[in-house]
Amino acid sequence: MKPASFEYYAPRSLSEALEQISQVGDDGGKILAGGQSLVPAMNFRMAQPTALVDLNGISELFYVHPTDTGGLMIGAMTRDRVVELDENVKLRAPIIPECLHWLAHPTIRNRGTFGGALAHSDPAGQLPVVAAALQFNFKLQSKKSERWVNADEFFVSVYTTCLEADEILTAIEVPALDKRAGTSFQQVSRQSGESALVGVATLIELDDIGKIKDGRIAYMGVAEKPVMANAAMSLLKGNKPTNALIAEAIHATVTEELDPGADIHASVEYRRHLAQALGVKSVNEAIARAAK
Amino acid sequence: MEKKYLGQRVIRNEDPRILTGRGKYMADITYHNMLHAAFLRSDYPHAKLNSVDISAALEIPGVIAIYTAEDLGDYWHPGPVLVPAPHSIPGITANSRTQIPIVKDIIHHQGEVLAMVVAENRYIAEDALASIYVDSDPLDAVENVEAALKPGSPLVHEELGTNIATYVRQERGNFAECKTKADHVIHQKFIMDRGSAGAMENRGFCANWDEDAQQLTIHCNTQSPSGLRNSMAAWFGIPEQRVRVVVPFVGGGFGPKVMTNQPEEVLCTFASIKLHRPVKWLEDRAENFIGTTAERVQVHDCEIAFNKDGKVLGVRDSFLYDTGAFNPYTATIPLNTQTHTTGMYDIPVFLTEFTSVFTNKMICSPVRGAGRTYGVFVMERMLDMVARKLNVDPAKVREINLIAAEAKFPLETGIIAQDFAQFVLDSGNYPAVLKKAREMIGYEDFKKNQQPKFRAEGRYVGIGLVLFTENTGVGPYEGTKITVGNSGKVFASSIYGTQGQGHFTVFAQIVADQIGCKVEDVIIETGDTDKFAWGTGTFASRGATVLGNAYHHTATLVRAKILATASRLFNVPESELELGDGMVKVADMPDKFIKLGDLATKANPMRGTIKPGTEPGLEATGFYAPPYGATAYGAAAAIMEIDPLSFNIKFHKFIFVDDCGTVINPMILDGQLHGGIQMGVGNAYFEKLVYDENAQLLNGSLMDYLIPRATDMPTKMEIGHLNTPSPLNPLGIKGVGESGTIPIPPLYCQAIEDAFNLPDLFITEVPLSPSIVYSLVEEAKAKK
Repeated sequence: MKPASFEYYAPRSLSEALEQISQVGDDGGKILAGGQSLVPAMNFRMAQPTALVDLNGISELFYVHPTDTGGLMIGAMTRDRVVELDENVKLRAPIIPECLHWLAHPTIRNRGTFGGALAHSDPAGQLPVVAAALQFNFKLQSKKSERWVNADEFFVSVYTTCLEADEILTAIEVPALDKRAGTSFQQVSRQSGESALVGVATLIELDDIGKIKDGRIAYMGVAEKPVMANAAMSLLKGNKPTNALIAEAIHATVTEELDPGADIHASVEYRRHLAQALGVKSVNEAIARAAK
Repeated sequence: MEKKYLGQRVIRNEDPRILTGRGKYMADITYHNMLHAAFLRSDYPHAKLNSVDISAALEIPGVIAIYTAEDLGDYWHPGPVLVPAPHSIPGITANSRTQIPIVKDIIHHQGEVLAMVVAENRYIAEDALASIYVDSDPLDAVENVEAALKPGSPLVHEELGTNIATYVRQERGNFAECKTKADHVIHQKFIMDRGSAGAMENRGFCANWDEDAQQLTIHCNTQSPSGLRNSMAAWFGIPEQRVRVVVPFVGGGFGPKVMTNQPEEVLCTFASIKLHRPVKWLEDRAENFIGTTAERVQVHDCEIAFNKDGKVLGVRDSFLYDTGAFNPYTATIPLNTQTHTTGMYDIPVFLTEFTSVFTNKMICSPVRGAGRTYGVFVMERMLDMVARKLNVDPAKVREINLIAAEAKFPLETGIIAQDFAQFVLDSGNYPAVLKKAREMIGYEDFKKNQQPKFRAEGRYVGIGLVLFTENTGVGPYEGTKITVGNSGKVFASSIYGTQGQGHFTVFAQIVADQIGCKVEDVIIETGDTDKFAWGTGTFASRGATVLGNAYHHTATLVRAKILATASRLFNVPESELELGDGMVKVADMPDKFIKLGDLATKANPMRGTIKPGTEPGLEATGFYAPPYGATAYGAAAAIMEIDPLSFNIKFHKFIFVDDCGTVINPMILDGQLHGGIQMGVGNAYFEKLVYDENAQLLNGSLMDYLIPRATDMPTKMEIGHLNTPSPLNPLGIKGVGESGTIPIPPLYCQAIEDAFNLPDLFITEVPLSPSIVYSLVEEAKAKK
């Protein structure tokens, strides 16, 4: 389990990194962030990048800033553990530390980065579903250009995003939550720190009389990328939530929109059971928090 | 004799070295001109190998050599049978097939070696692997032991004409007759699988052939340094006195590291002899999953005959055992299953027969528990069936069937054990262990008072209580040499492997008590065949029992020399001498004493002469051989809650009771049990090597193969002891290394069933998982 040989670049600034990736990106060069997923894949030789552009020396990519509009701007290289413990993140997007708690173990989060976990686009990853539910925006920069995309556009498939070969994910914007919004993250895994068998991230906004105004529910572990529970939301929207309605709404998504597969850890039936139970639990928690 | 240390929670002598990073492991072994090996392994479980093209790989700079089967010449041959068949049992079938170093024509399992690359470093060696081209035609593979015996099944070894490796039938009484007399007979099939040993440190091997000295030095994390020395000496025609095996610290063995003559050992030695340079290989985790050994599935067809009062009259157990592609250990595991099935129960009639089956999987070897777990699993499950049938409490059924406290030990079982002698229960008080377990877990209180409350709240909380035996400390023998040095330090060496069990402490405790020195002044030296040449190895929970008694015996010989030497020195009778605090003192004469180191110096004079008929120094060599294995036993009980959403498990309480006779160090004993229990938890709920129908491993990495973590364990494991000394050895010790692992799978089954309380929920297959338990519960609810 030793990687194949590769060229290694250690830029000290973003512009230097953009220049280097523009040269090696098209020929199989990759960005190295925290390396917690890429390096094991290289050791298995499942990934054989020809070159690595290491962003760890670029101080301008490490930050968490509260924005004027009540959201957050997070530098792509900020360590997961730093984001998890940040006071502004706890206040403005409490679902982020809640989901990070499930991401591997503290020692791995000390090294893994916020942008890396998103750009890895793991279908069983925690941050992609939260990004889908909260509609994160992604800043993608190349030597020539700069663009912003939202979560729906960013995640394409298993381990695949819309990043071009010469682009670097440099920042993530977490939009502000509505005043009467609540969020919830739920997952089940075989063991602490293991990938989720099924997980769900929920955002619910209530109106003044307690009806569901809007929201988004995103499932992980059931398809190649986050799956939005649109059927459930359309049943919930405009209604006063009741236990029966929530169960019915989630059931609609589980039966119509989710097509989970079986693997050595979970059967299709068990995953459907988890999707139903976690969905109900997550929506209930989000509503309770929104009502506070 | 003063027992200052025996039985005390002495902190570990080896820990300062290990915890500060000064413990050398295989990864730390290095020579300045050392080469690194990597192995090309088969992706196919069963195939005809046509050719291996190494020409492109040889061009890579830094590649020193690449070997395929033809290169080995006369060194290419199957390995020896490590453990023969039990030919004393009438009517056995024994077909033996052992592994070869490199595949020549037929690939028998995924992970088998097709070529060896030797390079300047491991990176280059792995680059070269990617440039070797293999031409092979896949063949239908044998995966399932039941299908393997059906007509028309592909054959693992075509020339045998069958996939049967071994068949052994043993019977106590007459089961066919017993069945006709019983009130009830229940017939049930059980399946139990076990997984990888999962040692933290994978295998490692470094061979250094010194052409000038004609000396082979091997560093290896083997459990059997002597076995490895002898096997490499025999394979390459070197006198074993010219082969030195050195075992550094070992990060866990658990069974697979006892297997010698493995392809990598043969090939690294071959390459070093060819190249006159040290050649080292460190196994990585990906290789470990397909290229080492593991324990695997057994399929049991069982019958239990019993009366309406709950008394079991007889048991039949006919089982299949998946031995993998080769069977160098023949029948050790299934014999262990046979000897442990009826455990501590008084079951007059017992018919046990097994068919060990070749499959296209890597070799099956003992893994902690080593066959015993399967026997305990089926017996405990059968007793639970009896309890259900008669609507009697499961603990009560066990009580009814236990061998009585008044039984006259030793008790012969009539069943031949892994050491080919009759399995004999040496000593014990079985009802006492059940009683203690019930008290510790609070069995009656839970059933009467707590469980109804949980059930009223809709919570799934259940209790389980199971019993087990562990035959330990089998022969043939172990030996030691103990020397009191001029420094006063006592060097006590053996050839024994050590893999983290605390040997540097427990053996020091035994020696220190005899010699009268501090425990930290006893330096235990293990696993260097040049320091001590005689012995077998660490397996079968035999360290404390066999080597512990060898240390004890040898220390008494050194003690006698100390007393004799001091007696001459002070001119007083030995009866007036006292040993303690690293000194010999003359009783009641405070100014007459000598430090042990000074006495050692006097015992080895550089001028003059020593007394005729005596030997210089304070040194002795001694051995201990047990007549047969001592049998430990115990109970495990737990109260566990199953989360109805995730079906993950949380322990409310976990207790373990063990009787391993005399306890040397209760702290180390607790640790042994904790680690064993954790492996048992893996066997119950996490660990399984999953193969597809073509014998391809589906979970060959730690991302998919789950080993229990601290968070999966009970937060507290309460451990209780009974201490019934074994009459078989002077210290009264029984082994304990595997006890923790053995009873856990049936414990989970019983507790989970008790939690859900569904008449149609009866678990017959392990390991379980949340997904499996979910399905079983849903099925049982649907039947309701």
